[in-house]
Amino acid sequence: MNPEELNYSETHEWIKIDGKVATLGLTDHAQSELGDIVYLELPGVGAEVTAGSEFGVVESVKAASDLYAPLSGKVVAVNDAATQDPALVNRDCYGEGWLVKVELKDPSEVENLKTAAEYKEFIGA
Amino acid sequence: MNYEYRNIFEIPPGRGFEAGAADTPEVDLAAFYAEEFVRDDFGPMRDVATPEVVRHYTRLAAMNFGVDTGFYPLGSCTMKYNPKVNEDAAALPGFAALHPYAPARDVQGALQLIDELERYLVEICGMSAFTLAPAAGAHGELVGMLLTRAYHRKRGDDGRNVMLIPDSAHGTNPASARMAGFDVVAVASSADGVIDLDDLRTKLDESVVGMMITNPNTLGLFEPDILKVADAVHGVGGLLYYDGANLNAVVGRARPGDMGFDVCHVNLHKTFSTPHGGGGPGAGPVGVCDKLVDFLPVPRVVKKRRKYELDYGAPDSIGQIRSFTGNFGVLVRAYAYIRHLGAAGLRDVSGAAVLNANYLRAKVARFIEVAGTAPCMHEFVASSAKFGRGSAGDIDKGLIDVGFHPPTTYFPLVVPEALMIEPTETETKETLDEFAAALERIVTDLTADGHAYADAPLNAPVRRLDEAAAARNPILTQMMAEEGGT
Repeated sequence: MNPEELNYSETHEWIKIDGKVATLGLTDHAQSELGDIVYLELPGVGAEVTAGSEFGVVESVKAASDLYAPLSGKVVAVNDAATQDPALVNRDCYGEGWLVKVELKDPSEVENLKTAAEYKEFIGA
Repeated sequence: MNYEYRNIFEIPPGRGFEAGAADTPEVDLAAFYAEEFVRDDFGPMRDVATPEVVRHYTRLAAMNFGVDTGFYPLGSCTMKYNPKVNEDAAALPGFAALHPYAPARDVQGALQLIDELERYLVEICGMSAFTLAPAAGAHGELVGMLLTRAYHRKRGDDGRNVMLIPDSAHGTNPASARMAGFDVVAVASSADGVIDLDDLRTKLDESVVGMMITNPNTLGLFEPDILKVADAVHGVGGLLYYDGANLNAVVGRARPGDMGFDVCHVNLHKTFSTPHGGGGPGAGPVGVCDKLVDFLPVPRVVKKRRKYELDYGAPDSIGQIRSFTGNFGVLVRAYAYIRHLGAAGLRDVSGAAVLNANYLRAKVARFIEVAGTAPCMHEFVASSAKFGRGSAGDIDKGLIDVGFHPPTTYFPLVVPEALMIEPTETETKETLDEFAAALERIVTDLTADGHAYADAPLNAPVRRLDEAAAARNPILTQMMAEEGGT
C-alpha cells in the first residue's frame, strides 16, 4: 500500500525526494485513520518549516490534528487543489492529494526518515 | 411520531390571528429613529395561519430528543435527569425577575446564594475559594489557565510555556491551554489506559507551567498514581489543573484538593444536574488553592458588616471574565440540588453513578469489547473495531431507530471505533437492561452482516446525514422563494 520509493515519518507523512526538493503528503494509514478530511491548513509559499515542528492542520469529521514537518526547509509550492477539496487526500493521498513541496535546508535530515518497510512495521500493518 | 421537517418559511401562507386594534395611539417610528433603521417593507416575510405556527413549533419540540424523552448515555456529558424542583426554585420571582444592575442592597438574597454555593463547592472540592462566573466548562478551563499564568508571572517566573495534557483528554484542554498562550505537550497513556508515569517524567522540567488532568479520565478510570503525578508536577514548579468533567463519579467521596490539584473547574450541568439545554447557558465554576485566591476574577461576593457586596478591588485579579455574576439562573438550580441532597445524598449520587456504569459494563462486555480494566468509574468505553471502520457510527444510528440517544462516538481517540457510554445515577435497572438488549441485537445483526445498519436511521425525522459534506460545504443560509430560492 505504501509506495516503496518514498520515505516516511513517524508522524505519518510521506516524503518524495527529488534533488533538493521534497514533496510531502499524508500516508494512506493516516488518511484512513482520520476518516473523511474536511479541512486542511497549509503554510504559504516562502514559509520556513522545521523538522519535528507543526506546519499545518488537518481536520476530519473525527478529529483535528497537527501536521509535523519531517524535514526543515522553505516551502516552494502548496497544493491549492487539496486545500480547496480536502477529499483529494482521502482519494489519492500519494498522488493528487500531495500537500507541500519544500526546498531542503539540510539534506542529511533525510537519513532520519523511515523506508516503506520500516514504516509498515512502525504502524503494525 | 415523525414529521417531515420544514422551516417556518416553507409553510404555505395563511391568515394569522389578529389581536384587533390597539388601545394605545400609534406612533411614527421615524420620529424616534434615523431613516435607515425604519423599514416598512418586510420582504418575503409572510403571514402563516396561527394553528400552523403552533403545530410547527410543537412538532419541532416533539422531534427533539432530550433526557426527558429517553435514555441518553452520551459519555462524558453526564446527561442525568434534571430535577423539576430546581426549575421551581430558579423560577421564583425573587430570582428570575432580578435586574442585573440592581444595587447590592436590593439583591442580598441572590448574593447570599452565590456566597453559600461558593462555600459548598469549596467543601465538596477541597479548595480554598471558588468563582462562579465562568459560563461553561471550557470557559472555566480558560479561566484556570489564566489563573495559572498569572500565578507564575507574579512570581517573576516568565520562562515557562509547556502545559502537559494526557492523550486521553477532552479536546477543550489543549484548546484552552493554547488560548492562554501555552504550548501543549501530550503525555502518553499506559496499556491500562491511565497516565504513564515514565512518559510523564521524561517531559518534566523547568519549562512546565502545569498539567491538566481529568480524574477519573475519559476511559472512566481513576488515576491510581494521582498523588505521585501531583508530586512530580509540583516538583518542577508546575501547577495541577483538575478538569471536573467527571467529578460526578467521585463527588462526596474524593476531593480534587486532597489529590493535590491547585485549580479545578466543575460543570454544574454535569455533576449538579442543571440543564445542558441547547448549548447553554451553562456554568463552569473554578476553584483554587490558597496561593491562587488573589488572582480570581472580579467581582467577588464579600460580606461586610453583615451585608453582601460586590468587590471589584483585587489588584492581582485576572479581571472580569463574564458580565455581571455569571449565569445566575444555573447557579440557583445547582444550589437547589445540593441543598436537596445534602452531603449524604451527594455521596449516594456518585455511588449510584459508578454502580450503574459497572452494571451496564458487565452486561455489554459479554458481547462487545470494552477498553480498560474493570471496575470502571461512572462510564466506560466499548470498541466496535472488530466490525470494521465506521461500525461505531452504524451502531449509533441503529440505536436512534430504537429510541435511544447514541453514546459518544469516536472519542476518546486512544480507542478505535469508540463508543463511550455513561448511564448516570438517575437511570433504573430496567432502562439499563433495555439498552443492553438493544445494543446486543445490533451487535448480533452486525456479526451476521457488517452492513446491516449502513442505511440507519430509518425511523428518525431525517435519514443518515452526510457529515463530511456538511463540514466541507456548510450551507448556513436559506434563500427565500421570492429571492430565487425554492
